[in-house]
Amino acid sequence: MEKPNIFKDRIMPVGVILLAVLVIWYVAVVFLNAPYERDTAARAGTEITFSEILPKTMFQQRPVLPAPHQVIAEIWDTTFNKPITSKRSLVYHAWITLSATLLGFGIGTVLGILLAVGIVHNRAMDRSLMPWVIASQTIPILAIAPMIIVVLNAIGISGLLPKALISTYLSFFPIVVGMVKGLRSPEQIQLDLMHTYYASPAQTFWKLRWPSSMPYLFASLKVAIAISLVGAIVGELPTGAVSGLGARLLAGSYYGQTVQIWSALFMAAALAATLVIIVGFAHTAVLKRMGMKP
Amino acid sequence: MNYGLLFGAIAFWIAAWATNEWLVRQKFKDRSANSVVRLAVPLLFGVSILVLWEGLVRGFNVPTVLLPPPSMIWTRLINSLPTLWADFQQTFLKAVITGYALGCSLGFLVAIAIDRSPFLQKGLLPLGNFVSALPVIGVAPIMVMWFGFDWQSKVAVVVIMTFFPMLVNTVSGLSAASSMERDLMHTYAASWFQTLVKLRLPAAWPFIFNALKINSTLALIGAIVAEFFGTPIVGMGFRISTEVGRMNVDMVWAEIAVAAVAGSVFYGIVALIERAVTFWHPSVRNARTA
Repeated sequence: MEKPNIFKDRIMPVGVILLAVLVIWYVAVVFLNAPYERDTAARAGTEITFSEILPKTMFQQRPVLPAPHQVIAEIWDTTFNKPITSKRSLVYHAWITLSATLLGFGIGTVLGILLAVGIVHNRAMDRSLMPWVIASQTIPILAIAPMIIVVLNAIGISGLLPKALISTYLSFFPIVVGMVKGLRSPEQIQLDLMHTYYASPAQTFWKLRWPSSMPYLFASLKVAIAISLVGAIVGELPTGAVSGLGARLLAGSYYGQTVQIWSALFMAAALAATLVIIVGFAHTAVLKRMGMKP
Repeated sequence: MNYGLLFGAIAFWIAAWATNEWLVRQKFKDRSANSVVRLAVPLLFGVSILVLWEGLVRGFNVPTVLLPPPSMIWTRLINSLPTLWADFQQTFLKAVITGYALGCSLGFLVAIAIDRSPFLQKGLLPLGNFVSALPVIGVAPIMVMWFGFDWQSKVAVVVIMTFFPMLVNTVSGLSAASSMERDLMHTYAASWFQTLVKLRLPAAWPFIFNALKINSTLALIGAIVAEFFGTPIVGMGFRISTEVGRMNVDMVWAEIAVAAVAGSVFYGIVALIERAVTFWHPSVRNARTA
């Protein structure tokens, strides 16, 4: 067997692809933004050569496609040069979205696990609920996001909780499905062993079912946290919320602030990546603690 | 408060639950009776939820702005079929189907194209996995800006959302055939193309259909959410966001019911095709005999 080479197998290919994406992006910047410069020149009644257009396309105020360095500059500016409490700070908006995500994710995880435990231990619940849980995955749940926000607003609940509820709703289903699978993963032979030990249902649950469901739980947690972030962002769209990454996206699209949209997008991507990585670390830590190989 | 309705609904729910408890404990000799029970239990549960909803909303006199009873949603659905049909056409038939077909076939073709280059695979796969976890829906405002308000921008969003799951699943599906089987194809002197068509693509179908199923939901979500960022005055997402603003919550629920049915039927069709194509797969075979 050849020894796996992290540099050759991982870093280099990914790096080359990323570089290619960057190059394509810059080329696209020139071609997408050039018509505007040509129009401006034509309006001013002057001819403009390609070599004059090229640098201008990189620093437009409202480009069709902002150049990567403009986005990075905007992220840097709104992250580090603004006080965190300011409405112009990206960290502030990211925090608003993150808190809704985490709250929703937490509620969704607890509810999902509880429902899964019920489904595993009660046949009637299993037969009557499970088909609906699976069917609900095929429904575009996000469509009801605006309604939840507005309706809860009407009865005086606003701010964090409505958004968190959308995240809850979205993160709930992958966890139920994964946990039901996980709690059922012990084999008959293992359950029989517990039976010969005269273990009570509670003991079987805590000593056999719960530990063996952990890999399944973490697999669904990864899906759930990513989707809760989507839920929180979409939850900020419909009401014209004033803060949060979704509100940044919406405001940017209303006022044509493309750089702002892209920086909010990158911030959301970074947030999603960080959350998934944290869940991944928790996964390896728990499995190691249990003496399993990750 | 109307106690009669309230207790009626709760009594019905408890009765339905008891019936279900009883039904799942029965063992019928006849096989068809068993499958009828298998269908009846979730159906009864669904009906009991609807009855409970209707009874609680009417019993507690919940304002219809908050939560309309199912009967009201149904009347609204029947009365505004032309509007709903127009929205369905705009969002589902134009944006979702086109974007789904384009995005899935593009992901599939790119996966085939990079099949012969391990270098590109190693580079694209981690990125594809990464992008699948991102809130891709955020590109919607950019697409609306580039492709205009009409359905073309929604198609673009759907294409981007469906592309990466398809790419990742197809690539891992193409490596599903074991080396033993590949060696056999090699001893037959099969060309790369023959191996692909006769061995590796059939082995990849379960993975590809998995992506197709994930994408059927993603496509609908993408199209609806993209419409929140601007559309002409028709479309499911447009209708939902404007009717919410006008507090016509029953119309919103009607639209959601349409979206739910459309999404489930779409998923069901993909699942049926999957059964026909991957009839050899254990999960399909087990479902048939059980």
